[in-house]
Amino acid sequence: MAQASYPDELLYHPEHDWARIDADDPQLATLGITWYAQDALGEVVFFDPPAVGTTLAKDASYAEVESVKAVSDVIAPLSGEIVEVNEALSDNPAMINEEPYDGGWLVKVRMSDPSEREALMDAATYKGTLAG
Amino acid sequence: MSPIDENRLHSDPGIDGHAQSRNGRAPEPERGPRAPAPGATPQQRDRARTIFQKGAPGRRAFQCAGSEVPDVDADTLLPAALRRGEPPRLPELSEPEIVRHYVGLSKRNFDLDSGFYPLGSCTMKHNPRLHERTAALPGHARLHPLQDPERAQGALELMWRLQGALGEVAGLPHVSLQPSAGSHGELAGVLLSRAYHEDRGESRRKVLTPDTAHGTNPATVTMAGMEVVKLATNADGGVDIEDLRAKADEDVACLMLTNPNTLGLFDPNIAEIAEIVHGVGATLYYDGANLNAVMGLSRPGDMGFDIVHFNLHKSFTQPHGGGGPGSGPIAVSERIAPYLPVPVLVRGQDGAFDLDHEPDGAGSRSIGRLRGFQGNYGCFVRAYSYICSLGGDGLKDASEIAVLNANYLLARLREPGIAEHLPLPYGELCMHEFVLSGGPMKRALEIKTLDLAKRLLDFGFHPPTVYFPLLVEEALMVEPTETETKETLDSFAEAIAAILAEAAEDPEIARAAPYTTPVRRLDEVAAAKRPVIRETLVGA
Repeated sequence: MAQASYPDELLYHPEHDWARIDADDPQLATLGITWYAQDALGEVVFFDPPAVGTTLAKDASYAEVESVKAVSDVIAPLSGEIVEVNEALSDNPAMINEEPYDGGWLVKVRMSDPSEREALMDAATYKGTLAG
Repeated sequence: MSPIDENRLHSDPGIDGHAQSRNGRAPEPERGPRAPAPGATPQQRDRARTIFQKGAPGRRAFQCAGSEVPDVDADTLLPAALRRGEPPRLPELSEPEIVRHYVGLSKRNFDLDSGFYPLGSCTMKHNPRLHERTAALPGHARLHPLQDPERAQGALELMWRLQGALGEVAGLPHVSLQPSAGSHGELAGVLLSRAYHEDRGESRRKVLTPDTAHGTNPATVTMAGMEVVKLATNADGGVDIEDLRAKADEDVACLMLTNPNTLGLFDPNIAEIAEIVHGVGATLYYDGANLNAVMGLSRPGDMGFDIVHFNLHKSFTQPHGGGGPGSGPIAVSERIAPYLPVPVLVRGQDGAFDLDHEPDGAGSRSIGRLRGFQGNYGCFVRAYSYICSLGGDGLKDASEIAVLNANYLLARLREPGIAEHLPLPYGELCMHEFVLSGGPMKRALEIKTLDLAKRLLDFGFHPPTVYFPLLVEEALMVEPTETETKETLDSFAEAIAAILAEAAEDPEIARAAPYTTPVRRLDEVAAAKRPVIRETLVGA
């Protein structure tokens, strides 16, 4: 994805992560990194997903993503337990660059405190933090 | 520094790597011999071959005279089952082929002896030839590492004197020369800190590192089995004191700090930082990678640090940049001294030197041995030569000129035409290095810091460190060192200006650079994901 994009239906964390709350199940969230994050990282060469069942703490690192520039922590925007990981990324981590919001999702989480979503930003606010 | 040769713009992409199967993936098809593209340099045309791909069976560089000793049946010496069945597959070449092979390889290399090498945080200073001469003296070069201390008194005295000089530079009295790299010194430091706390009956788990820290700091902490806690950076580029206060608790073993830090900025709050860290009973560790800014000017021990590592291969010359050998001695305070690695170099009442393997007897609290033998002795000789050549005042001069050179180059790069594309995000003046941001350049000229770095190679410069520290967008980290002339610094600044002006006209030139190097732009993704680490021998 060459052009910056921040879908309106997602929630954003200042560490450049997004969360998509499931339409049918308000306790289920899909997590990933934003267009800005993947652009800053450069081409992603490895993503090592944590195991299903791993507990996430909001604002703490839960995985690492390695690009040609650096290895970076991925920060959890919400607390919960991982119920599914994107296995396709092991073979094709470049999906994180190509489709950061679709094929490049990282994990799905059963939220332990759904009220944490209130602390996240909407797309317009997040875009505001990137300006300048 | 000629303008770009148009013929080279679309020339052959140089040597391409062999694709190799990994993780069950099919290897990519091998390309056959190709005709050189027009404009390719001779080195680009000459596909790199390993020494195993050269020569011919039976060819020799040196012929031994026939032996006058009668042959003995090998079975009487060693059972057949323990002997190799066939000779090892060694290269078979004539002497001119060997010489040309290695001279050719050396010409493909870019090193400090070829040109400016402003790699930030690496202190690529000139290595005086005098140091090579002293290190090559037979008494140094031919000394066997297992030589009895009684018959290696000169070498031990050199180490003793070097320890004394390093202790003085650090402002900390106890020194071990054993660690053999900066990262090894760091590991020693964190293990010392852990031993110190354990000896007091405490099991502290956390080590604080600023987000500007060298990557080796968090790696060291992890390797020592402890937990990394990152500290935020304030608007001035120093440690965020409030964040430090919030995170400094009784479970913190140590704060690892580089001062000046990787932004090239001296943290003026160091006394307060030391007070907070010592206040919770933790130790303060000084990453000596940036010592070249402060030698003889300020001492880590006076700032409150308990443990310091030196990079002899950075601050104290040495040929480096090719993977070693390095040397990372540590200096520590009184309270850390009982835990230093063994053996400890001691001097008896008769003036003789010895190696003490059990300094406290059976109740030794030492973290133990960190490597075989005593360290990279050749590095000690060069560092000691440097210290003796310069003296205390000279070391101070070296640091002052390193800071002056960095600030001169920074001023040149803050001129119009450069500053709007490569601004300085933190600080006004710098210490021995500075970090610019290529963010505005990426947006306005549509070239990345990586493209600028690659294009610098065509101008005959080694690029600065790029994309580090991570908190600066599109970072470009420049450390010129004290051994470069004003003319060199000026030509580097002019090259940056020329590349930016050229990118304003046609960004594609930088994006496809370099053009003049033995290999062109490499596929970094393939290099990370499918590294070719094994060469299949012909006929094997």
